[in-house]
Amino acid sequence: MAVNFLLVAAGAAFGVLARVLATKYISRKWGHAFPLATFLINLSGSLVLGCLTGMNIGTQAALLLGTGFIGTYTTFSTFNVENIELIRRKKNRTFFLYIGCTYIFGILSAFTGFAIGSMIENNLLT
Amino acid sequence: MNRTVLNHVYLVLFGMMGAVARYAVELLIHTGSFPLATLIINLAGCFLLAFIVRFLTWMPWLSAQMITLMGTGFVGSFTTFSTFALESAQLIRVHPLIAISYILTSAIGGLLAAILGYRASKLLLIRFKGAFRHGR
Repeated sequence: MAVNFLLVAAGAAFGVLARVLATKYISRKWGHAFPLATFLINLSGSLVLGCLTGMNIGTQAALLLGTGFIGTYTTFSTFNVENIELIRRKKNRTFFLYIGCTYIFGILSAFTGFAIGSMIENNLLT
Repeated sequence: MNRTVLNHVYLVLFGMMGAVARYAVELLIHTGSFPLATLIINLAGCFLLAFIVRFLTWMPWLSAQMITLMGTGFVGSFTTFSTFALESAQLIRVHPLIAISYILTSAIGGLLAAILGYRASKLLLIRFKGAFRHGR
């Protein structure tokens, strides 16, 4: 039980760093008109989490990499506060584009990741 | 220790606490096919983050660094988009109606929770106006 919490915490250490560094790097390169950093983080995280789940990695690996690393890397709260900020600044088109694309492509990414993971598990791992 | 390195160490600690809190809530809340734990975590996090960036930012005793640690570090790590996306993708195949209700409550609820966090901050700021010596 205690080990499970340690696994989550260990994965989270890298997840939070990855999110903060990716956000710094992406927003420095592309500016702030569209919250591209959070968008790409959430999509890539959903893809990888789907893949890990499809590969059927064990419970402890899932806690370290899934719940710990990827769960921490992606974020729902920043995404929603960014949306409210877009509404407040009357950037309605960006708001609809951002929220629509995040939900549609986020769920599609998880779906695709899961399919890729299952394929890897069936063909490469036995 | 180098200042930047130390900031990242703090960030890692707050991130770990956020993730462990998320895992604890997931262990505590068990429901049928509807992913209630993730929904509660994500909605609570939206409220909290909005409250932190709109209300706690004005607290003179909290530094900008502390706001980042609590917001980006703790709450950002507490909430998760990837788990939501995966749960939705898996639910769509077996329980499409539950999946749609989960996606809609997350999407609308997330926005409402953040708005509520802003509103609560505004009310508190009006009530305590003048109690702060300086603010931003």
